[in-house]
Amino acid sequence: MPAPLAKPSADTFRQPLLDTRHLVETPEGIDLVLHPAGLVPRALAFAVDLTIRGTILLLAFLALGPFGELGMGLASLLFFLVTWWYMVLFEVLNQGCTPGKQLLGLQVVHDDGTPVGWAASLTRNLLRVVDLLPFGYTLGILSCLAHPTFKRLGDLAAGTLVIYRERPQPRPSLPEIDAQPLPFAPQADERRALLAFAERQAGLSAGRRRELAGILAGPLRVPEEQAEARLLGIARELMGPP
Amino acid sequence: MKQNSFEHRHQAEWQDFARRLDALERGRPGADSRHFPAAYRRLCRHLALAEERGYSSRLVDQLQQLALRGHRQFYRHRNPLGARCLGFLLGGFPRLVREEWRPVLAASLLFYGCLLGMGLLVYLFPELVYSLLDPGQVAQMEAMYDPDASRLGRFGERSSAADWMMFGYYVMNNFGIAFQTFAGGLLFGLGSLFFLLINGLSIGAVAGHLSDIGYTGTFWPFVIGHGAFELTAITLAGAAGLKLGWALCAPGRLRRSEALRQAAERSVRLVAGVLFLLLIAAFVEAYWSSMTFPGAALKYTVGILLWLLVAAYFLLAGRPRHAPE
Repeated sequence: MPAPLAKPSADTFRQPLLDTRHLVETPEGIDLVLHPAGLVPRALAFAVDLTIRGTILLLAFLALGPFGELGMGLASLLFFLVTWWYMVLFEVLNQGCTPGKQLLGLQVVHDDGTPVGWAASLTRNLLRVVDLLPFGYTLGILSCLAHPTFKRLGDLAAGTLVIYRERPQPRPSLPEIDAQPLPFAPQADERRALLAFAERQAGLSAGRRRELAGILAGPLRVPEEQAEARLLGIARELMGPP
Repeated sequence: MKQNSFEHRHQAEWQDFARRLDALERGRPGADSRHFPAAYRRLCRHLALAEERGYSSRLVDQLQQLALRGHRQFYRHRNPLGARCLGFLLGGFPRLVREEWRPVLAASLLFYGCLLGMGLLVYLFPELVYSLLDPGQVAQMEAMYDPDASRLGRFGERSSAADWMMFGYYVMNNFGIAFQTFAGGLLFGLGSLFFLLINGLSIGAVAGHLSDIGYTGTFWPFVIGHGAFELTAITLAGAAGLKLGWALCAPGRLRRSEALRQAAERSVRLVAGVLFLLLIAAFVEAYWSSMTFPGAALKYTVGILLWLLVAAYFLLAGRPRHAPE
Protein backbone atom coordinates (compact mmCIF):
# COMPACT_ATOMS: atom_id res chain seq x y z
CA MET A 1 0.00 0.00 0.00
CA PRO A 2 1.58 3.29 -1.05
CA ALA A 3 2.22 5.86 1.60
CA PRO A 4 -0.42 8.62 1.70
CA LEU A 5 0.52 11.51 -0.52
CA ALA A 6 2.01 14.50 1.16
CA LYS A 7 -0.53 17.31 1.34
CA PRO A 8 0.37 20.86 0.44
CA SER A 9 1.12 22.58 3.70
CA ALA A 10 -1.85 24.22 5.39
CA ASP A 11 -0.35 27.67 5.07
CA THR A 12 -0.14 27.57 1.31
CA PHE A 13 -3.57 29.06 0.67
CA ARG A 14 -4.74 30.11 4.06
CA GLN A 15 -2.81 33.27 4.70
CA PRO A 16 -5.03 36.35 4.73
CA LEU A 17 -5.15 37.60 1.18
CA LEU A 18 -3.13 40.68 0.44
CA ASP A 19 -5.77 42.64 -1.42
CA THR A 20 -8.20 45.52 -0.98
CA ARG A 21 -11.42 43.56 -0.76
CA HIS A 22 -13.92 44.92 1.74
CA LEU A 23 -16.22 42.32 3.26
CA VAL A 24 -19.71 43.22 4.47
CA GLU A 25 -21.52 40.60 6.49
CA THR A 26 -25.24 40.61 5.80
CA PRO A 27 -28.10 39.48 8.07
CA GLU A 28 -28.31 36.34 5.90
CA GLY A 29 -24.90 35.32 7.19
CA ILE A 30 -23.02 35.70 3.92
CA ASP A 31 -20.13 38.02 3.13
CA LEU A 32 -20.60 40.49 0.32
CA VAL A 33 -17.34 41.37 -1.39
CA LEU A 34 -16.82 45.00 -2.38
CA HIS A 35 -13.81 46.26 -4.28
CA PRO A 36 -12.99 49.81 -3.12
CA ALA A 37 -11.49 52.07 -5.77
CA GLY A 38 -8.18 53.76 -5.11
CA LEU A 39 -6.95 57.28 -5.59
CA VAL A 40 -6.07 57.26 -9.29
CA PRO A 41 -9.38 56.05 -10.80
CA ARG A 42 -11.25 58.37 -8.44
CA ALA A 43 -9.10 61.34 -9.43
CA LEU A 44 -9.63 60.52 -13.11
CA ALA A 45 -13.39 60.26 -12.59
CA PHE A 46 -13.31 63.63 -10.83
CA ALA A 47 -11.33 65.15 -13.69
CA VAL A 48 -13.92 63.90 -16.19
CA ASP A 49 -16.73 65.37 -14.09
CA LEU A 50 -14.85 68.64 -13.76
CA THR A 51 -14.49 68.86 -17.52
CA ILE A 52 -18.18 68.15 -18.04
CA ARG A 53 -19.17 70.76 -15.48
CA GLY A 54 -16.84 73.31 -16.99
CA THR A 55 -18.30 72.68 -20.45
CA ILE A 56 -21.87 73.00 -19.18
CA LEU A 57 -21.09 76.32 -17.49
CA LEU A 58 -19.20 77.68 -20.48
CA LEU A 59 -22.06 76.86 -22.85
CA ALA A 60 -24.60 78.28 -20.40
CA PHE A 61 -22.71 81.55 -20.00
CA LEU A 62 -22.36 81.88 -23.76
CA ALA A 63 -26.06 81.15 -24.28
CA LEU A 64 -27.31 83.34 -21.42
CA GLY A 65 -24.90 86.22 -22.00
CA PRO A 66 -27.15 88.13 -24.45
CA PHE A 67 -30.05 88.18 -21.96
CA GLY A 68 -28.45 90.78 -19.72
CA GLU A 69 -29.44 90.83 -16.06
CA LEU A 70 -32.04 88.07 -16.33
CA GLY A 71 -29.38 85.94 -18.02
CA MET A 72 -26.89 86.70 -15.25
CA GLY A 73 -29.43 85.70 -12.62
CA LEU A 74 -30.16 82.42 -14.37
CA ALA A 75 -26.45 81.84 -14.91
CA SER A 76 -25.64 82.27 -11.23
CA LEU A 77 -28.49 79.91 -10.31
CA LEU A 78 -27.09 77.41 -12.77
CA PHE A 79 -23.60 77.94 -11.38
CA PHE A 80 -24.94 77.19 -7.91
CA LEU A 81 -26.72 74.05 -9.13
CA VAL A 82 -23.72 72.73 -11.03
CA THR A 83 -21.25 73.52 -8.25
CA TRP A 84 -23.14 72.04 -5.34
CA TRP A 85 -25.73 69.68 -6.76
CA TYR A 86 -24.21 68.04 -9.84
CA MET A 87 -22.60 65.23 -7.83
CA VAL A 88 -25.51 64.77 -5.43
CA LEU A 89 -28.20 64.57 -8.10
CA PHE A 90 -26.26 62.13 -10.26
CA GLU A 91 -25.22 59.93 -7.35
CA VAL A 92 -28.70 59.60 -5.91
CA LEU A 93 -30.67 59.35 -9.14
CA ASN A 94 -28.22 57.28 -11.18
CA GLN A 95 -27.32 54.32 -8.93
CA GLY A 96 -24.35 56.11 -7.35
CA CYS A 97 -22.66 57.04 -10.63
CA THR A 98 -21.77 60.49 -11.89
CA PRO A 99 -20.86 60.50 -15.61
CA GLY A 100 -17.16 60.41 -14.67
CA LYS A 101 -17.63 57.47 -12.33
CA GLN A 102 -19.73 55.72 -14.96
CA LEU A 103 -16.90 56.06 -17.44
CA LEU A 104 -14.35 54.70 -14.97
CA GLY A 105 -16.71 51.93 -13.78
CA LEU A 106 -17.02 53.29 -10.24
CA GLN A 107 -20.01 53.64 -7.96
CA VAL A 108 -20.77 55.25 -4.58
CA VAL A 109 -22.46 53.04 -1.99
CA HIS A 110 -23.12 53.14 1.74
CA ASP A 111 -20.69 51.20 3.92
CA ASP A 112 -23.16 48.31 3.96
CA GLY A 113 -23.20 48.08 0.15
CA THR A 114 -26.64 49.64 -0.37
CA PRO A 115 -27.09 52.44 -2.93
CA VAL A 116 -26.22 55.90 -1.65
CA GLY A 117 -29.15 58.06 -0.46
CA TRP A 118 -29.81 61.79 -0.23
CA ALA A 119 -28.40 62.37 3.26
CA ALA A 120 -25.15 60.50 2.71
CA SER A 121 -24.57 61.93 -0.76
CA LEU A 122 -25.23 65.48 0.45
CA THR A 123 -22.85 64.98 3.39
CA ARG A 124 -19.98 63.62 1.32
CA ASN A 125 -20.32 66.29 -1.35
CA LEU A 126 -20.70 69.27 1.01
CA LEU A 127 -17.66 68.13 2.98
CA ARG A 128 -15.68 68.01 -0.27
CA VAL A 129 -14.82 71.64 0.60
CA VAL A 130 -12.67 70.36 3.46
CA ASP A 131 -11.02 67.70 1.31
CA LEU A 132 -9.94 70.50 -1.00
CA LEU A 133 -7.95 72.20 1.78
CA PRO A 134 -5.36 73.63 2.00
CA PHE A 135 -4.98 73.40 -1.80
CA GLY A 136 -5.66 70.91 -4.59
CA TYR A 137 -7.34 68.13 -2.56
CA THR A 138 -4.37 67.72 -0.19
CA LEU A 139 -6.41 66.55 2.81
CA GLY A 140 -8.58 64.35 0.61
CA ILE A 141 -5.56 62.69 -1.00
CA LEU A 142 -3.81 62.11 2.32
CA SER A 143 -6.94 60.62 3.86
CA CYS A 144 -7.55 58.49 0.76
CA LEU A 145 -4.02 57.10 0.80
CA ALA A 146 -4.02 56.41 4.53
CA HIS A 147 -7.39 54.67 4.78
CA PRO A 148 -7.68 50.91 4.16
CA THR A 149 -10.73 51.40 1.94
CA PHE A 150 -9.51 54.67 0.36
CA LYS A 151 -12.01 57.02 1.98
CA ARG A 152 -11.63 60.75 1.80
CA LEU A 153 -12.83 62.84 4.76
CA GLY A 154 -16.28 63.32 3.25
CA ASP A 155 -16.65 59.56 2.87
CA LEU A 156 -15.62 59.02 6.50
CA ALA A 157 -18.32 61.38 7.75
CA ALA A 158 -21.03 60.18 5.38
CA GLY A 159 -20.27 56.47 5.81
CA THR A 160 -19.89 55.92 2.07
CA LEU A 161 -17.51 53.98 -0.09
CA VAL A 162 -16.46 54.29 -3.73
CA ILE A 163 -16.28 50.82 -5.26
CA TYR A 164 -15.80 49.23 -8.66
CA ARG A 165 -19.07 48.25 -10.25
CA GLU A 166 -19.29 44.52 -10.72
CA ARG A 167 -19.22 43.29 -14.29
CA PRO A 168 -20.63 39.94 -15.39
CA GLN A 169 -17.77 37.52 -16.09
CA PRO A 170 -17.83 35.32 -19.19
CA ARG A 171 -18.13 31.64 -18.49
CA PRO A 172 -14.81 29.85 -19.07
CA SER A 173 -14.77 26.32 -20.41
CA LEU A 174 -12.64 23.55 -18.93
CA PRO A 175 -10.26 21.71 -21.28
CA GLU A 176 -11.56 18.44 -22.64
CA ILE A 177 -9.65 15.91 -20.61
CA ASP A 178 -10.57 12.74 -18.76
CA ALA A 179 -11.38 13.04 -15.10
CA GLN A 180 -8.75 11.65 -12.75
CA PRO A 181 -9.34 10.49 -9.20
CA LEU A 182 -8.39 12.76 -6.34
CA PRO A 183 -5.17 11.79 -4.57
CA PHE A 184 -6.48 13.28 -1.29
CA ALA A 185 -9.59 15.06 -0.01
CA PRO A 186 -8.85 18.74 -0.61
CA GLN A 187 -10.06 21.57 1.59
CA ALA A 188 -12.55 24.07 0.17
CA ASP A 189 -9.92 26.70 -0.64
CA GLU A 190 -7.66 24.05 -2.18
CA ARG A 191 -10.52 22.98 -4.40
CA ARG A 192 -11.06 26.57 -5.43
CA ALA A 193 -7.41 27.02 -6.25
CA LEU A 194 -7.39 23.85 -8.40
CA LEU A 195 -10.56 24.89 -10.21
CA ALA A 196 -9.26 28.42 -10.69
CA PHE A 197 -6.16 27.00 -12.36
CA ALA A 198 -8.30 24.95 -14.75
CA GLU A 199 -10.64 27.84 -15.51
CA ARG A 200 -7.87 30.33 -16.16
CA GLN A 201 -5.53 28.04 -18.09
CA ALA A 202 -6.77 29.29 -21.47
CA GLY A 203 -5.48 32.75 -20.58
CA LEU A 204 -2.02 31.59 -19.45
CA SER A 205 0.98 30.82 -21.63
CA ALA A 206 2.17 27.22 -21.86
CA GLY A 207 5.34 28.04 -19.95
CA ARG A 208 3.49 29.74 -17.12
CA ARG A 209 0.98 26.86 -16.89
CA ARG A 210 3.84 24.42 -16.59
CA GLU A 211 5.58 26.52 -14.00
CA LEU A 212 2.44 26.84 -11.87
CA ALA A 213 1.56 23.15 -12.15
CA GLY A 214 5.18 22.26 -11.41
CA ILE A 215 4.78 23.64 -7.87
CA LEU A 216 2.47 20.73 -7.10
CA ALA A 217 4.47 18.07 -8.97
CA GLY A 218 6.16 16.97 -5.76
CA PRO A 219 3.07 16.54 -3.59
CA LEU A 220 1.24 14.84 -6.50
CA ARG A 221 4.17 12.51 -7.08
CA VAL A 222 4.25 12.98 -10.85
CA PRO A 223 7.06 14.22 -13.07
CA GLU A 224 6.90 17.93 -13.69
CA GLU A 225 5.84 17.54 -17.36
CA GLN A 226 2.70 15.59 -16.39
CA ALA A 227 1.68 17.81 -13.48
CA GLU A 228 -0.44 20.07 -15.66
CA ALA A 229 -2.49 17.28 -17.22
CA ARG A 230 -2.91 15.71 -13.79
CA LEU A 231 -4.17 18.97 -12.26
CA LEU A 232 -6.63 19.52 -15.10
CA GLY A 233 -7.87 15.96 -14.68
CA ILE A 234 -8.37 16.51 -10.98
CA ALA A 235 -10.27 19.73 -11.72
CA ARG A 236 -12.52 17.78 -14.10
CA GLU A 237 -13.21 15.28 -11.35
CA LEU A 238 -14.05 18.12 -8.92
CA MET A 239 -16.48 19.70 -11.42
CA GLY A 240 -18.30 16.43 -11.95
CA PRO A 241 -19.83 15.17 -15.21
CA PRO A 242 -21.16 18.00 -17.37
CA MET B 1 -22.59 17.32 -4.66
CA LYS B 2 -20.38 18.06 -7.66
CA GLN B 3 -20.34 21.60 -8.95
CA ASN B 4 -21.84 20.77 -12.33
CA SER B 5 -24.91 19.05 -10.92
CA PHE B 6 -25.35 21.90 -8.41
CA GLU B 7 -25.32 24.35 -11.29
CA HIS B 8 -27.70 22.27 -13.41
CA ARG B 9 -30.13 22.01 -10.57
CA HIS B 10 -30.30 25.74 -9.77
CA GLN B 11 -29.35 27.48 -12.99
CA ALA B 12 -32.95 28.27 -13.98
CA GLU B 13 -33.65 29.73 -10.56
CA TRP B 14 -30.61 32.03 -10.75
CA GLN B 15 -31.56 33.24 -14.19
CA ASP B 16 -35.06 33.95 -12.95
CA PHE B 17 -33.61 35.87 -9.99
CA ALA B 18 -31.39 37.93 -12.30
CA ARG B 19 -34.42 38.76 -14.43
CA ARG B 20 -36.29 40.02 -11.37
CA LEU B 21 -33.28 42.09 -10.33
CA ASP B 22 -33.17 43.71 -13.77
CA ALA B 23 -36.83 44.66 -13.40
CA LEU B 24 -36.34 46.02 -9.87
CA GLU B 25 -33.26 48.01 -10.85
CA ARG B 26 -35.20 49.66 -13.63
CA GLY B 27 -37.86 50.55 -11.05
CA ARG B 28 -40.51 48.25 -12.50
CA PRO B 29 -41.16 45.45 -10.01
CA GLY B 30 -43.21 42.75 -11.67
CA ALA B 31 -46.23 41.02 -10.20
CA ASP B 32 -44.04 38.36 -8.57
CA SER B 33 -42.04 40.82 -6.45
CA ARG B 34 -43.82 39.44 -3.38
CA HIS B 35 -41.64 36.36 -3.71
CA PHE B 36 -38.43 38.34 -4.04
CA PRO B 37 -37.36 38.06 -0.36
CA ALA B 38 -37.72 34.28 -0.41
CA ALA B 39 -35.80 34.05 -3.69
CA TYR B 40 -33.07 36.31 -2.27
CA ARG B 41 -32.66 34.16 0.84
CA ARG B 42 -32.46 31.01 -1.27
CA LEU B 43 -29.74 32.62 -3.33
CA CYS B 44 -27.85 33.52 -0.17
CA ARG B 45 -28.09 29.89 0.90
CA HIS B 46 -26.74 28.74 -2.45
CA LEU B 47 -23.86 31.17 -2.14
CA ALA B 48 -23.01 29.93 1.33
CA LEU B 49 -23.12 26.31 0.07
CA ALA B 50 -20.97 27.12 -2.94
CA GLU B 51 -18.34 28.75 -0.74
CA GLU B 52 -18.40 26.00 1.83
CA ARG B 53 -18.03 23.26 -0.78
CA GLY B 54 -15.17 25.02 -2.53
CA TYR B 55 -16.85 25.43 -5.88
CA SER B 56 -14.91 27.37 -8.45
CA SER B 57 -14.33 31.11 -8.11
CA ARG B 58 -16.25 31.72 -11.31
CA LEU B 59 -19.46 30.27 -9.84
CA VAL B 60 -18.91 31.88 -6.42
CA ASP B 61 -18.25 35.26 -8.02
CA GLN B 62 -21.37 34.96 -10.14
CA LEU B 63 -23.49 34.14 -7.10
CA GLN B 64 -21.81 36.90 -5.12
CA GLN B 65 -22.74 39.46 -7.76
CA LEU B 66 -26.33 38.28 -7.69
CA ALA B 67 -26.36 38.41 -3.88
CA LEU B 68 -24.89 41.92 -3.90
CA ARG B 69 -27.51 43.15 -6.33
CA GLY B 70 -30.23 41.44 -4.31
CA HIS B 71 -28.88 42.97 -1.10
CA ARG B 72 -29.02 46.41 -2.70
CA GLN B 73 -32.65 46.00 -3.67
CA PHE B 74 -33.67 44.35 -0.41
CA TYR B 75 -31.96 46.70 2.04
CA ARG B 76 -32.18 49.86 -0.09
CA HIS B 77 -32.77 52.96 2.09
CA ARG B 78 -36.21 53.90 0.82
CA ASN B 79 -36.87 57.60 0.56
CA PRO B 80 -40.28 58.80 -0.56
CA LEU B 81 -38.80 62.27 -0.91
CA GLY B 82 -41.92 64.45 -1.03
CA ALA B 83 -43.60 63.07 2.07
CA ARG B 84 -40.36 63.07 4.03
CA CYS B 85 -39.55 66.66 3.13
CA LEU B 86 -42.99 67.82 4.20
CA GLY B 87 -42.78 65.93 7.50
CA PHE B 88 -39.30 67.29 8.09
CA LEU B 89 -40.34 70.90 7.53
CA LEU B 90 -43.55 70.64 9.55
CA GLY B 91 -42.07 68.94 12.59
CA GLY B 92 -38.77 67.20 12.16
CA PHE B 93 -36.60 70.26 11.62
CA PRO B 94 -37.72 72.33 14.64
CA ARG B 95 -37.62 69.19 16.79
CA LEU B 96 -34.08 68.50 15.61
CA VAL B 97 -33.01 72.07 16.40
CA ARG B 98 -34.49 71.78 19.90
CA GLU B 99 -32.78 68.43 20.47
CA GLU B 100 -29.45 69.89 19.33
CA TRP B 101 -29.80 72.95 21.53
CA ARG B 102 -26.21 72.77 22.76
CA PRO B 103 -24.39 73.42 19.46
CA VAL B 104 -27.20 75.77 18.39
CA LEU B 105 -26.76 77.78 21.59
CA ALA B 106 -22.99 77.84 21.23
CA ALA B 107 -23.17 78.97 17.60
CA SER B 108 -25.82 81.61 18.42
CA LEU B 109 -23.81 83.05 21.31
CA LEU B 110 -20.68 83.25 19.20
CA PHE B 111 -22.35 84.68 16.10
CA TYR B 112 -24.74 87.16 17.70
CA GLY B 113 -22.18 88.04 20.37
CA CYS B 114 -19.64 89.03 17.70
CA LEU B 115 -22.31 90.78 15.66
CA LEU B 116 -23.68 92.89 18.52
CA GLY B 117 -20.29 93.53 20.11
CA MET B 118 -18.67 94.63 16.87
CA GLY B 119 -21.74 96.70 15.90
CA LEU B 120 -21.66 98.54 19.21
CA LEU B 121 -17.90 99.11 19.06
CA VAL B 122 -18.04 100.49 15.52
CA TYR B 123 -20.99 102.69 16.47
CA LEU B 124 -19.03 104.12 19.40
CA PHE B 125 -15.59 104.23 17.74
CA PRO B 126 -16.33 104.69 14.00
CA GLU B 127 -12.75 104.28 12.79
CA LEU B 128 -12.77 100.66 14.00
CA VAL B 129 -14.64 99.62 10.86
CA TYR B 130 -11.41 100.00 8.89
CA SER B 131 -9.72 97.39 11.07
CA LEU B 132 -11.94 94.78 9.44
CA LEU B 133 -12.99 96.12 6.02
CA ASP B 134 -10.85 98.04 3.57
CA PRO B 135 -12.00 101.52 2.50
CA GLY B 136 -13.16 100.27 -0.91
CA GLN B 137 -15.58 97.79 0.67
CA VAL B 138 -16.86 100.44 3.06
CA ALA B 139 -17.48 102.87 0.21
CA GLN B 140 -19.32 100.12 -1.68
CA MET B 141 -21.54 99.43 1.32
CA GLU B 142 -22.28 103.14 1.69
CA ALA B 143 -23.22 103.38 -1.98
CA MET B 144 -25.62 100.45 -1.63
CA TYR B 145 -27.59 101.98 1.19
CA ASP B 146 -27.41 105.60 0.08
CA PRO B 147 -30.80 107.08 1.06
CA ASP B 148 -31.09 108.70 -2.40
CA ALA B 149 -31.14 105.36 -4.24
CA SER B 150 -34.56 104.30 -5.47
CA ARG B 151 -33.92 100.63 -4.90
CA LEU B 152 -31.74 99.07 -2.31
CA GLY B 153 -29.46 96.17 -1.87
CA ARG B 154 -26.26 94.89 -3.33
CA PHE B 155 -27.00 96.14 -6.83
CA GLY B 156 -28.22 99.66 -6.23
CA GLU B 157 -30.18 101.06 -9.19
CA ARG B 158 -31.82 98.43 -11.33
CA SER B 159 -34.80 97.47 -13.41
CA SER B 160 -37.37 94.96 -12.21
CA ALA B 161 -35.83 92.24 -14.41
CA ALA B 162 -32.77 92.52 -12.20
CA ASP B 163 -34.69 90.93 -9.33
CA TRP B 164 -33.76 87.69 -11.05
CA MET B 165 -30.11 88.58 -11.06
CA MET B 166 -30.22 89.44 -7.38
CA PHE B 167 -32.07 86.25 -6.55
CA GLY B 168 -29.43 84.21 -8.35
CA TYR B 169 -26.63 86.16 -6.71
CA TYR B 170 -28.09 85.78 -3.21
CA VAL B 171 -28.61 82.06 -3.68
CA MET B 172 -25.03 81.53 -4.85
CA ASN B 173 -23.47 83.77 -2.22
CA ASN B 174 -25.47 82.74 0.84
CA PHE B 175 -25.51 79.02 0.15
CA GLY B 176 -21.76 79.13 -0.40
CA ILE B 177 -21.22 80.79 2.99
CA ALA B 178 -23.54 78.38 4.78
CA PHE B 179 -21.95 75.30 3.19
CA GLN B 180 -18.45 76.49 4.05
CA THR B 181 -19.50 77.19 7.61
CA PHE B 182 -20.85 73.66 7.91
CA ALA B 183 -17.96 71.90 6.17
CA GLY B 184 -15.38 73.79 8.23
CA GLY B 185 -16.62 71.81 11.22
CA LEU B 186 -14.70 68.81 9.96
CA LEU B 187 -11.46 70.58 10.96
CA PHE B 188 -12.22 69.87 14.62
CA GLY B 189 -14.82 72.66 14.57
CA LEU B 190 -12.23 75.35 13.87
CA GLY B 191 -13.57 76.18 10.40
CA SER B 192 -17.08 76.70 11.70
CA LEU B 193 -15.84 78.86 14.56
CA PHE B 194 -13.82 80.91 12.11
CA PHE B 195 -16.68 81.52 9.67
CA LEU B 196 -19.16 82.31 12.46
CA LEU B 197 -16.68 84.76 13.92
CA ILE B 198 -15.80 86.44 10.63
CA ASN B 199 -19.40 86.70 9.46
CA GLY B 200 -20.56 88.00 12.84
CA LEU B 201 -17.79 90.59 12.97
CA SER B 202 -18.21 91.87 9.42
CA ILE B 203 -22.01 92.04 9.54
CA GLY B 204 -21.73 93.82 12.90
CA ALA B 205 -19.15 96.25 11.53
CA VAL B 206 -21.28 97.12 8.50
CA ALA B 207 -24.41 97.58 10.62
CA GLY B 208 -22.57 99.72 13.16
CA HIS B 209 -20.93 101.84 10.48
CA LEU B 210 -24.11 102.48 8.47
CA SER B 211 -26.04 103.36 11.63
CA ASP B 212 -23.24 105.69 12.66
CA ILE B 213 -23.24 107.66 9.41
CA GLY B 214 -27.02 108.02 9.55
CA TYR B 215 -28.18 105.52 6.94
CA THR B 216 -30.51 103.88 9.46
CA GLY B 217 -33.56 104.75 7.38
CA THR B 218 -32.41 102.59 4.48
CA PHE B 219 -30.26 99.92 6.07
CA TRP B 220 -32.39 98.57 8.89
CA PRO B 221 -35.71 98.34 7.01
CA PHE B 222 -33.83 96.55 4.23
CA VAL B 223 -32.16 93.87 6.31
CA ILE B 224 -34.73 93.24 9.04
CA GLY B 225 -37.02 91.13 6.82
CA HIS B 226 -34.69 88.56 5.33
CA GLY B 227 -32.31 88.77 8.29
CA ALA B 228 -34.72 86.60 10.24
CA PHE B 229 -34.06 83.72 7.86
CA GLU B 230 -30.52 84.45 6.77
CA LEU B 231 -28.93 84.97 10.19
CA THR B 232 -30.78 81.97 11.63
CA ALA B 233 -29.59 79.87 8.70
CA ILE B 234 -25.94 80.84 9.16
CA THR B 235 -26.20 80.13 12.89
CA LEU B 236 -27.69 76.71 12.26
CA ALA B 237 -25.08 75.88 9.62
CA GLY B 238 -22.45 76.82 12.19
CA ALA B 239 -24.18 74.65 14.80
CA ALA B 240 -24.14 71.70 12.38
CA GLY B 241 -20.42 72.25 11.82
CA LEU B 242 -19.72 72.56 15.55
CA LYS B 243 -21.51 69.27 16.11
CA LEU B 244 -19.14 67.58 13.66
CA GLY B 245 -16.17 69.21 15.36
CA TRP B 246 -17.35 68.22 18.81
CA ALA B 247 -17.78 64.59 17.71
CA LEU B 248 -14.12 64.62 16.63
CA CYS B 249 -12.84 66.36 19.77
CA ALA B 250 -14.89 64.37 22.29
CA PRO B 251 -16.11 61.14 20.71
CA GLY B 252 -17.14 59.68 24.06
CA ARG B 253 -17.14 55.89 24.10
CA LEU B 254 -17.17 55.55 20.31
CA ARG B 255 -14.30 55.45 17.87
CA ARG B 256 -13.73 58.86 16.32
CA SER B 257 -14.79 57.68 12.87
CA GLU B 258 -18.01 56.21 14.24
CA ALA B 259 -18.77 59.29 16.35
CA LEU B 260 -18.20 61.46 13.29
CA ARG B 261 -20.50 59.32 11.16
CA GLN B 262 -23.29 59.51 13.72
CA ALA B 263 -22.89 63.25 14.18
CA ALA B 264 -22.82 63.81 10.42
CA GLU B 265 -26.09 61.93 10.03
CA ARG B 266 -27.83 64.49 12.24
CA SER B 267 -25.83 67.51 11.08
CA VAL B 268 -26.71 66.99 7.47
CA ARG B 269 -30.38 67.14 8.39
CA LEU B 270 -29.73 70.51 10.02
CA VAL B 271 -28.07 71.57 6.76
CA ALA B 272 -31.13 70.45 4.81
CA GLY B 273 -33.18 72.78 7.00
CA VAL B 274 -30.64 75.55 6.39
CA LEU B 275 -31.18 75.12 2.65
CA PHE B 276 -34.89 75.70 3.17
CA LEU B 277 -34.32 78.83 5.29
CA LEU B 278 -31.84 80.28 2.80
CA LEU B 279 -34.22 79.74 -0.08
CA ILE B 280 -36.89 81.77 1.76
CA ALA B 281 -34.27 84.39 2.66
CA ALA B 282 -33.24 84.77 -0.99
CA PHE B 283 -36.86 85.25 -2.07
CA VAL B 284 -37.55 87.80 0.66
CA GLU B 285 -34.32 89.65 -0.03
CA ALA B 286 -34.81 89.84 -3.79
CA TYR B 287 -38.53 90.58 -3.94
CA TRP B 288 -39.52 92.26 -0.67
CA SER B 289 -36.53 93.84 1.08
CA SER B 290 -35.41 95.75 -2.00
CA MET B 291 -38.74 97.49 -2.54
CA THR B 292 -38.78 101.11 -1.35
CA PHE B 293 -42.43 102.03 -1.72
CA PRO B 294 -43.63 100.33 1.49
CA GLY B 295 -42.80 102.81 4.24
CA ALA B 296 -40.20 102.09 6.88
CA ALA B 297 -42.95 101.45 9.44
CA LEU B 298 -44.46 98.69 7.31
CA LYS B 299 -41.01 97.18 6.71
CA TYR B 300 -40.29 97.12 10.45
CA THR B 301 -43.68 95.58 11.24
CA VAL B 302 -43.29 92.84 8.66
CA GLY B 303 -39.67 92.30 9.74
CA ILE B 304 -40.60 91.87 13.39
CA LEU B 305 -43.45 89.55 12.42
CA LEU B 306 -41.01 87.44 10.39
CA TRP B 307 -38.61 87.23 13.36
CA LEU B 308 -41.50 86.18 15.60
CA LEU B 309 -42.58 83.65 12.98
CA VAL B 310 -39.12 82.08 12.89
CA ALA B 311 -38.93 82.02 16.69
CA ALA B 312 -42.38 80.46 16.98
CA TYR B 313 -41.50 77.89 14.33
CA PHE B 314 -38.46 76.67 16.21
CA LEU B 315 -40.08 76.83 19.65
CA LEU B 316 -43.53 75.45 18.94
CA ALA B 317 -43.70 73.50 15.67
CA GLY B 318 -43.56 69.74 15.84
CA ARG B 319 -44.55 69.35 19.47
CA PRO B 320 -46.98 66.43 19.71
CA ARG B 321 -50.49 67.29 20.83
CA HIS B 322 -51.01 63.87 22.34
CA ALA B 323 -48.68 61.75 24.34
CA PRO B 324 -46.93 59.38 21.96
CA GLU B 325 -48.74 56.10 21.69
